[in-house]
Amino acid sequence: MSPMATTALPPAATPPELIRNFCIIAHIDHGKSTLADRMLQITGVVEERAMRAQYLDRMDIERERGITIKSQAVRMPWAAEGTTYCLNMIDTPGHVDFTYEVSRSLAACEGAVLLVDAAQGIEAQTLANLYLAMENDLTIIPVLNKIDLPAAQPEKYAAELAGLIGCDPEDVLRVSGKTGEGVEELLDQIVGQLPAPEGDADKPARAMIFDSVYDTYRGVVTYVRVIDGQLSPREKIAMMSTKATHELLEIGVISPEPVPSKGLGVGEVGYLITGVKDVRQSRVGDTVTNAAKPAGDALGGYRDPKPMVFSGLYPIDGSDYPILRDALDRLKLNDAALVYEPETSAALGFGFRVGFLGMLHLEIVRERLEREFNLDLISTLPNVVYEVALDDGRTHTVTNPSEFPEGKIAEITEPVVRATLLAPSEFVGAIMELCQSRRGSLRGMDYLSEDRVEMRYTLPLAEIVFDFFDALKSRTRGYASLDYEPDGEQTADLVKVDILLQGDKVDAFSSIVHRDKAYAYGTLMATKLKELIPRQQFEVPIQAAIGARVIARENIRAIRKDVLAKCYGGDISRKRKLLEKQKEGKKRMKMVGSVEVPQEAFIAALSQDSGSEKKK
Amino acid sequence: MEDVPSVLPDGEPAPRDGALPSSALTHLGERPFGAYVHVPFCSVRCGYCDFNTYTLTELGMPGAGVSSYADAALAEVALAADVLGPARPPIDTVFVGGGTPTMLRSRDLVRIVDGLRDAFGLAEGVEITTEANPDSVTPDSLRELADGGFTRVSLGMQSAVPHVLRTLERTHDPANVGRVVEAVRAAGMQVSVDLIYGTPGESLGDWRTSLEAAVAMEPDHISAYALVVEDGTKLAAQVRRGLVTMPDDDDEADKYELADEMLSTAGFGWYEVSNWATSPTTRCRHNEGYWADGDWWGIGPGAHSHVGGVRWWNVKHPNAFAGRVNAGDSPAAGRELLTEEQRYDERVLLGVRLVEGLPLDLVRPDGRRAVAGLVADGLLDGPSAVRDARAVLTRRGRLLADTVVRRLLGY
Repeated sequence: MSPMATTALPPAATPPELIRNFCIIAHIDHGKSTLADRMLQITGVVEERAMRAQYLDRMDIERERGITIKSQAVRMPWAAEGTTYCLNMIDTPGHVDFTYEVSRSLAACEGAVLLVDAAQGIEAQTLANLYLAMENDLTIIPVLNKIDLPAAQPEKYAAELAGLIGCDPEDVLRVSGKTGEGVEELLDQIVGQLPAPEGDADKPARAMIFDSVYDTYRGVVTYVRVIDGQLSPREKIAMMSTKATHELLEIGVISPEPVPSKGLGVGEVGYLITGVKDVRQSRVGDTVTNAAKPAGDALGGYRDPKPMVFSGLYPIDGSDYPILRDALDRLKLNDAALVYEPETSAALGFGFRVGFLGMLHLEIVRERLEREFNLDLISTLPNVVYEVALDDGRTHTVTNPSEFPEGKIAEITEPVVRATLLAPSEFVGAIMELCQSRRGSLRGMDYLSEDRVEMRYTLPLAEIVFDFFDALKSRTRGYASLDYEPDGEQTADLVKVDILLQGDKVDAFSSIVHRDKAYAYGTLMATKLKELIPRQQFEVPIQAAIGARVIARENIRAIRKDVLAKCYGGDISRKRKLLEKQKEGKKRMKMVGSVEVPQEAFIAALSQDSGSEKKK
Repeated sequence: MEDVPSVLPDGEPAPRDGALPSSALTHLGERPFGAYVHVPFCSVRCGYCDFNTYTLTELGMPGAGVSSYADAALAEVALAADVLGPARPPIDTVFVGGGTPTMLRSRDLVRIVDGLRDAFGLAEGVEITTEANPDSVTPDSLRELADGGFTRVSLGMQSAVPHVLRTLERTHDPANVGRVVEAVRAAGMQVSVDLIYGTPGESLGDWRTSLEAAVAMEPDHISAYALVVEDGTKLAAQVRRGLVTMPDDDDEADKYELADEMLSTAGFGWYEVSNWATSPTTRCRHNEGYWADGDWWGIGPGAHSHVGGVRWWNVKHPNAFAGRVNAGDSPAAGRELLTEEQRYDERVLLGVRLVEGLPLDLVRPDGRRAVAGLVADGLLDGPSAVRDARAVLTRRGRLLADTVVRRLLGY
């Protein structure tokens, strides 16, 4: 067992041969954060006393959900066979919506620890990230975690991992992040197996941004991995994609708090502070160089974040609109993928159409708005982006169903994803049925072990956005896992279904769906609304229509009785109070034409418990 | 069982001596003045009942039982006279409700009326009503009530259909009701019967049977209420457990319409949403006082009172009540001093329930602007609105009276 290193190597003066950059690829709650905590402790970076459980996850929401959204990099000293090394642990986001961020984190490393729960085996997201890491030529160290659990099956899952990466089951390490067992051995293996970073110290500086975080006190903190050359304090740096230049106010490493340094050299990982206030000025994937001596070529792989899912966000109390606007402006500082523009809905009032990377991103943003800014929000059904080409040659990009163009449509395209599903083999039939019903096409299928199957599908993103995850979980009793990444576009026979109350279109309920599903959607919404909208003085027809053609219809019968039969001396106070309460409730009514719709009805009708991929 | 729901409202504490702000007393005597006496005893508790009542086995503490109840009630009468002071008006109407007032001996009921007469004086033509269970009165006890000044008896008939009575857990023999109606009339008093519709399992035919039976007895007055399942009742528990299913609002609407049709045909005219009488002289004037924003003092456990914009309510339990009044303290548990806004809301919500309707000059401009729409929707009577400037509910409007109230109040 290796002793703890007594002195850490100084930044900017550490030869690349003594540096090891690695990340941990793991599924949510397979124990990545606990293992990271243990490494910080064992390497002496964090004292036991100061140990906050799951030190690396900073935001409350992350802590509560046990997931990591923003990655960070921690520098740890480790002595192996008498030499002190510098280990940089780069934390990767563990979710499907953040594939691009994951790919940049991977690109900053030479190796990856593939961490799998010894009681559960590998999950789809881990598998997808593993493939990503293998494509990037990373050295993989397979590790089974939670070997202290009674339900652990290390032999079975070691064989599975060995099969996936082509190694011997004997080489799969076994650790317990909880007890610390095997962690020192893992640190030794990181030193022994991972290649040292390579780069040219004499070339003009090139560093890749793999994360960018807004801090209230410091402004944007940018995390970089230096490839060539050197970055030093006070020099002028340039962002190669935006051409923006900034003065480097501070440069340093995280260990585990930021410590300013004399610079960062080849292979090193650390942070930069330039005083910019918006993460858009310091984009993940971009290359940082010296403004006076710029590099000729940027590092490859930069991509603009592209919102995939849109939803309307509206304050329940219309007077909160300015608060919502300010809140979005604030969140945007720390979220380069968040886009939004004001939008008005006849039914919901003033709000914003907001673009997200995916469903979890949507949920997190919404939750932060509600929690940190004390807002009550209604969100419309999420939708993807459609390209609609008309016969006259014009094309429209539709991010909101209510913008769906009138007129003769030549072609509609929708985004599709490449989905990976992992499940016990008994659920293959159920999954195929589900994917079939969601317009999926099977690309391939492999057995990971005797009883676990990997299935690969092409699916329209719209189908995943609509309730897919919950449907998958319920059909597989929670055993299936899902990962997906964008995979281009396809044309499809799509239509817009409108919902009409008493003949008036309710914009918030319009949806773009496949023609074969229009009837199901229309019926679903009409039935839901019939239950949710209280009876009015007159009969209220609820219709679902494609254009002028009604495809489903329900009726809310006129109310016939709304009277307290008994109203004597002792009933009067009670009755008046009830009336006063109704008067308050009236404020939460929205008028659709002449129909009074309680806000709760909108919320309930628009709610779908999909996309909660936090749920296992 | 008319007046006292089991749940008391939230309010501010009432002063120990029961004193009222002077503003409440300024207009005392300008409106009818009533006394309500709550008798909180029953032989058994019916499954639907949420009124403030107790069976004898539930009590059994000295000072609160049936025998001493009249004394406790009279102690509150004395307090009332004291609080209202020398300007107190004579009483126009007395209503003894429960519970089952006829669990008390007629002598005790008469003693309470005597006490009211002594303390306040009774106005010329005073109306004195008691509720009665058909099984707890006899020709003799009724005669004794009439001799003691009672002018009216309200009988809890509820239904003429055995399975409906069983669901309601009413124990009286339906055949008895007719005989009691005769006996009340023979004693020289007016008689009213109470009916309940919408009991689980009651068909439209059952309801028709009950209405026919009630009409055949030729009472002077009929009240008909939709059954309300109140929290905390046995019936509510049965509904919750799915043992019985409540009829929907449409069924109740059908039954209300049937009642109004059959009663009209039989010569009864509606004068309040749930009340019909053979003529203006057989209405329940006491109850009219509630709807006309009148003043009344409620005596007994859990009883509610209203004097000049102050509403208060007594402690609920007979023991607590007896303890307070016997110590010379007010039995009030809480009260509310109504704002002008609240009094206005109440006038609208109560006044519109009456056949005379709500005078439109009492309605604020935003409410008056709603009238044309309410007439167009068939909820208010057009001629009454135009000719008499009154908001009078149509039959459909009576069934949607709360909707009408909300629109008249401008929301």
